[in-house]
Amino acid sequence: MPVNAELAGRSYPAAPPYLVGREKVREFARAVLATSPLNIDPQAARAAGYADLVAPPTFAVVVQEHTLAQLLGDPDAGIDFARVVHGDQRFTFTRPIVAGDELTATLTVTSVKSLGGHSMVTAESAIVDAAGAHVVTAISTLVVRGEE
Amino acid sequence: MSAVPSKAALAVGDVIAEHDYHLTRDTLVRYAGASGDFNPIHYRDDVATSVGLDGVLAHGMLTMGLAVQPVVDWLGGDSGKVLDYQVRFTRPVLVDGDTGADVHVVAKVGVLDDDGARIDLTVTFNGETVLGKAQVRVALA
Repeated sequence: MPVNAELAGRSYPAAPPYLVGREKVREFARAVLATSPLNIDPQAARAAGYADLVAPPTFAVVVQEHTLAQLLGDPDAGIDFARVVHGDQRFTFTRPIVAGDELTATLTVTSVKSLGGHSMVTAESAIVDAAGAHVVTAISTLVVRGEE
Repeated sequence: MSAVPSKAALAVGDVIAEHDYHLTRDTLVRYAGASGDFNPIHYRDDVATSVGLDGVLAHGMLTMGLAVQPVVDWLGGDSGKVLDYQVRFTRPVLVDGDTGADVHVVAKVGVLDDDGARIDLTVTFNGETVLGKAQVRVALA
């Protein structure tokens, strides 16, 4: 089944709020081999002007993931997960994610292109805090390999 | 923790950070748990080879996540100065069950502008780049 060409412009309902836990930030920081004290020590984070631990830049993918699951799980999108390769990834920040944030992500498909039998699906997940203020937008391009 | 770098002291082409990372299967399992990405191609050889891969691969997002860390350290540990970060996944990082994988990151000043700088990352494994257009925009005074 090919990717639905009408997918561009489609938005999904906001994913359930994600509460950023301090231990999750520490766990993720260790996993990406981060060494900044701002990821580990709340006092160091406060001394640098943040309310709590600062998450590493790519932590946003954990929040974005829930929205990508909506897209990949939508039968009408026609994306066969077994054929998906992550093409590229971008994060555009208004501010870093900090422990204690309650984040809500909303995904919009911004483009669907065909290239040599493959489809390239670009999806933007806008992530806002509990006050509705923008924190980061996570943008993924998924390459869906064509049928052989 | 070093002082936060100033734009005036930088020139395009300067290497601002360089780091080697050694990945093992343990690193991949840890990243799977922390990120929630449990695709078995990142920890099971039999599954990886059954879908035509040469073996277990590092998560692209793990490579992206560690490649920015030398820049964060250069920023005095303050990842809040990262305004934008993008990469293209161009080649896989194969992580051998016995010997692991060594990933090398070089961070250079690509552009200096009003907001700060664009830092360009060269990320290599086995002598080949694994990320394309790996760019970090950072705020610098």
